[in-house]
Amino acid sequence: MNQAALKVENLTIAYHKKPVVEDVSFEVPEGNLIGIIGPNGAGKSTLIKGILELIPKISGHITIKGSTYKSMRKSIGYVPQRESVDWDFPTNALDVVMMGRYGHLGWLRRPGKSERQKGMECLEKVGMAEYANRQISQLSGGQQQRIFLARALAQEADIYFMDEPFVGVDAATEKAIIQLLMELKEKGKTVLVVHHDLSTVKEYFDWTMLLNKKVMKIGPTEEVFIPEYLQATYGGRLAILSDTKSGLLLK
Amino acid sequence: MNDFWIILVGALVAGSCSVLGCFLIVRKMTLIGDAISHSVLPGIVLAFLITGTRDSVPMLIGAAALGLLAVFLIQLFQSSGVQSDAAIGIVFTSLFATGIVLVSLYTQQIDFDLEHVLYGEIAYTPWNTMTIGGIEAGPKAVWIVGSCFILNLIMIFLFFKQFKLVSFDPALAAAMGIPVLFFHYLLMSLISLTTVASFDSVGSILVVGMLIIPAATAYLLSDRLSRMILVSIGVGVLSSVIGYYSATILDASISGCMVGSAAILFGLAFLFSPGNGLVSLLLKRRKSKESHA
Repeated sequence: MNQAALKVENLTIAYHKKPVVEDVSFEVPEGNLIGIIGPNGAGKSTLIKGILELIPKISGHITIKGSTYKSMRKSIGYVPQRESVDWDFPTNALDVVMMGRYGHLGWLRRPGKSERQKGMECLEKVGMAEYANRQISQLSGGQQQRIFLARALAQEADIYFMDEPFVGVDAATEKAIIQLLMELKEKGKTVLVVHHDLSTVKEYFDWTMLLNKKVMKIGPTEEVFIPEYLQATYGGRLAILSDTKSGLLLK
Repeated sequence: MNDFWIILVGALVAGSCSVLGCFLIVRKMTLIGDAISHSVLPGIVLAFLITGTRDSVPMLIGAAALGLLAVFLIQLFQSSGVQSDAAIGIVFTSLFATGIVLVSLYTQQIDFDLEHVLYGEIAYTPWNTMTIGGIEAGPKAVWIVGSCFILNLIMIFLFFKQFKLVSFDPALAAAMGIPVLFFHYLLMSLISLTTVASFDSVGSILVVGMLIIPAATAYLLSDRLSRMILVSIGVGVLSSVIGYYSATILDASISGCMVGSAAILFGLAFLFSPGNGLVSLLLKRRKSKESHA
């Protein structure tokens, strides 16, 4: 088997001395689409931010394809939650997508023709080429999310971290996004997605991580996404309709 | 000739402030500019007390150090749970008070004009000249504020992509390995330096106006950050020209009129900006009402 795309060992993150993610260890093989699910406050976003060193960790060791996180930065793509930025910022769609290239430019090089071209290609992939010069505040929530996705594509990473990319988007956009994520997977990329809609987990992800401060379970979705483990992750907050064929779940 | 020097100093102050002000506006931290401009007072007084001169270099250093201390303290308080606007209010008033106490304690021994620091006196700048190698080189203020303006332009030009990404999406910037904190403090140092350099002309209180108002006006008029910076400089320079002549006509404070002009330009943009202006919004609303009727 190939070495793990991502290996996390004993990761602990705390806010004001209260652990939010506790002693988490797991490995993710290359070329998978992985859903991270768990109840509110389970530390899903925190886990991603901790791995990306956006927030300080108390302990833990991260390896990407066998190397340290710092040396692999250029092969990592990140899509933050859409609400985390100010959409009234004076810029347009293409400019935001081109930001995905900044990490490859180094300290002093300025984005130029090739970045612009790459940006347009990525906008095309998410079906937003005609909006390239649109001020970002004039885009709908779904369109903004597509812009974020296009920016991640522009990063040309091998492993992607996406924080709730399906929140507040219309059905068409959700479909377009998942299509794109599956294409990334086909190309051998690894994609980790923080997700909260349990009804689509089986359809979207080939691997699933159940998280509630600790990793309750991680593995192929059909092995992990079963009532027993879900019950353990969500506690009593989950009602399971076990008589339906697909094992439909309700919160 | 004196007219020219005064307008030039005013324009350079306005220009240096406007460039940086744009980043304060898009990062929604304009009050930090206010805080810095007040906090540098004890730095100036201390530099004055230590060196005993009103020489510009130690004052710039003292002020920049206090400006950064203010930013550091504000962040420290904010990260330990003090409300973010309260943290700003606490830090800058305390530091400003320290400055005032220092001035009142030592004012007998040394000649230090508090009013000058607070309100500035741009009308005197043409007489405070500098000689380089025996040659008359024009007002000192032009050199100081001018170098500040050029420094700001160079820094923003060189690191434009970093400043932009750090302002728009600091999380992505950090994930890419861009030192977010470094650029934060770089911006804050530039603001501190600019504030002090502008003291002689507009004083510590009105410099806040030049930091915020032209940039806020440009924000209403532009949809790209690069254009916003250019518009902001333009508005700043225009305000100092209009301000100077209206002060001459009214026989009023020059720096007051300069900031006042900036405020009037902001008002015009607020009413008549083609995209976001009140008038165009009303017109749009009426149009959509008519089309629905």
